[in-house]
Amino acid sequence: MKTILAAAATAALLASSAAAEVKVGMITTLSGGGAGLGIDVRDGFMLAIKQSGRDDIEVVIEDDQRKPDIAVQLADKMIQSEKVDVLTGIIWSNLAMAVVPAATAQGKFYLSPNAGPSPLAGKGCHPNYFNVAWQNDNLHEAAGAYANTAGYGNSFILAPNYPAGTDALTGYKRFFEGEIANELYTELGQTDYAAEIAQIRASGADSVYFFLPGGMGISFLKQYADSGVDLPVVGPAFSFDQGILQAVGAAALGVVNTSQWNKDIDNPTNAAFVESFQAEYGRLPSLYASQGFDTANLLISAVDAADVSDADAFREALRAANFASTRGDFAFGPNHHPVQTIYAREVVQEGEVFTNKTLGVALENHSDAYAAECKM
Amino acid sequence: MSTILIFEQVLNGLQFGIMLFLMAAGLTLIFGVMGLINLAHGSLYMVGAFAAAWVAGATGSFVFALIAALAAAAAAGALVEIVVIRRLYRAAHLDQVLATFALILIFSEGTRWVFGSFPLFLDIPETLSGPVTLPGGIEYPRYRLTLIGIGIAVALGLWWLTARTRIGIQIRAGENDREMIAALGVDISKLYTLVFALGAALAGLAGALVGAIQSVQVGMGEPVLILAFVVIVIGGIGSIRGAFIGALLVGLTDTLGGIFLPEVFKLFMETGAATQTGSALASMAVYILMSAVLIWRPTGLFGARG
Repeated sequence: MKTILAAAATAALLASSAAAEVKVGMITTLSGGGAGLGIDVRDGFMLAIKQSGRDDIEVVIEDDQRKPDIAVQLADKMIQSEKVDVLTGIIWSNLAMAVVPAATAQGKFYLSPNAGPSPLAGKGCHPNYFNVAWQNDNLHEAAGAYANTAGYGNSFILAPNYPAGTDALTGYKRFFEGEIANELYTELGQTDYAAEIAQIRASGADSVYFFLPGGMGISFLKQYADSGVDLPVVGPAFSFDQGILQAVGAAALGVVNTSQWNKDIDNPTNAAFVESFQAEYGRLPSLYASQGFDTANLLISAVDAADVSDADAFREALRAANFASTRGDFAFGPNHHPVQTIYAREVVQEGEVFTNKTLGVALENHSDAYAAECKM
Repeated sequence: MSTILIFEQVLNGLQFGIMLFLMAAGLTLIFGVMGLINLAHGSLYMVGAFAAAWVAGATGSFVFALIAALAAAAAAGALVEIVVIRRLYRAAHLDQVLATFALILIFSEGTRWVFGSFPLFLDIPETLSGPVTLPGGIEYPRYRLTLIGIGIAVALGLWWLTARTRIGIQIRAGENDREMIAALGVDISKLYTLVFALGAALAGLAGALVGAIQSVQVGMGEPVLILAFVVIVIGGIGSIRGAFIGALLVGLTDTLGGIFLPEVFKLFMETGAATQTGSALASMAVYILMSAVLIWRPTGLFGARG
């Protein structure tokens, strides 16, 4: 899959010789172990473009293979030879840090459908950078807040030893008011957690918080469920998204996790999104798919309101966030990151399918800890 | 830190080491007998895990899943040997690395094409789930104890195969002098295919056994492959006994290092910094062990060739 043009846009190009008005470059992860996330973002994004029926938005999609050097090459190619106006799609924070500052410095717009590293929310914020998902710390902060309301007083916390892992534990501790029984950094990509689980058993904690995205979380949860340790577990949505829950199976049942989106959030946009996504792709959407969908709708709302060649007007149109989000109300804070409600949800089984059910609000209208450092 | 915790961690280290042995045994046989560096060994591990997950999903039986893993990985191994590897025995190591690296990409994207991008579900069988209480009040997962048992049985079986059977004699002879055993009338190409399929089947078995407690996903074999190479370098290339001892050393060092180094740093550092430094150093521990062994014995613990 080298290049995909939006079907509508291609048809329009064939029908008239007029080029698409807005050209979007999507750099995302479509091969290798992390491909599930990129595919969800892409599918959510393209669904929104298709539903809009527009012929003036052209999307060029490329696979970054989860490698920063390839992402940088793709961004250069898209900016210099494809002449895109807007970039989007990156999943991983380290790739975003490699691409976003250079792209915005060249006057391009970047809409982040997933990664929200703290430097881009604070000192390194940029007027042309908009994050439609969350700042990296957000879901962890909400988990800390949830742990307070659940009455936990002593948490064992663990995350992989890399920047997003440190941010995760910092985020949790920022809101959690209880004691920390122990704080562990595991190896990135680690698949065996027997040693950590033995420490949890011996720690005397009353709850466990973990941030282990993707396959790491699957391994941890299966081994934890089999270990006989029965402390309650809290995590961010990244280990409980629709793509991986089926692989964890019953081991995840009852675990509370925090997310800015869930398929049962009650608003017409979300209901239509969940239904049409299922009809189009034959699977339930994940939070990543909802982020891709929202990113595309934000873009469409801005294209409606302003011409992309008028950068100031287009930026204002983006900042207004005048679109119907799957999360309900959506607004940007001063650093162009969302101010949004984050929910606690519980893993349940519906028939054959494992999915999430919203329990309640963990943090209302939450911004992030870095907004004050952003001067634009 | 209680003795129970330490004992449990030693068991964890043993279990990890024994799974590494299943990977390393095939790798060291292939390297020792054929002189081939097979980077695609991790892909055979993945093939085993996917075959097991697929069959377990279709039949609900873990035994069938294990048989499928062995069969699929052995078949994939034999096929790869006949189609690709056979052309590489006389090639330089760099060519072998390039070709087998290409195989990794082909296997990964091929698996993604067949099974999709999302991890598959493979659970441990009902009879082996949950913890057992060992003497001394140690609670330990039944499945991990089973893994240790299976690994030891495989190690004994391999020892019997190489030391006590005709095939074993041919394998050992092939390691020493391939021209000579060809001249003695042994069908060397059939022997190579057999050894390759055997190594692949062991990797597939490891993938299926480990897949039940980890995540069955594309690319799952590569991290294990790196450690398996460390194991065979420590143990000495071509030596099954070396692979066994090396695997246990690596398993114990990795597990115990991950636990105790952060604790050691906590004695003189603030907690957050200590865990980070300790964890970083722990992930280096096996490589430091490897360097130390190589300085002491450049051909590895039981290695004959340089």
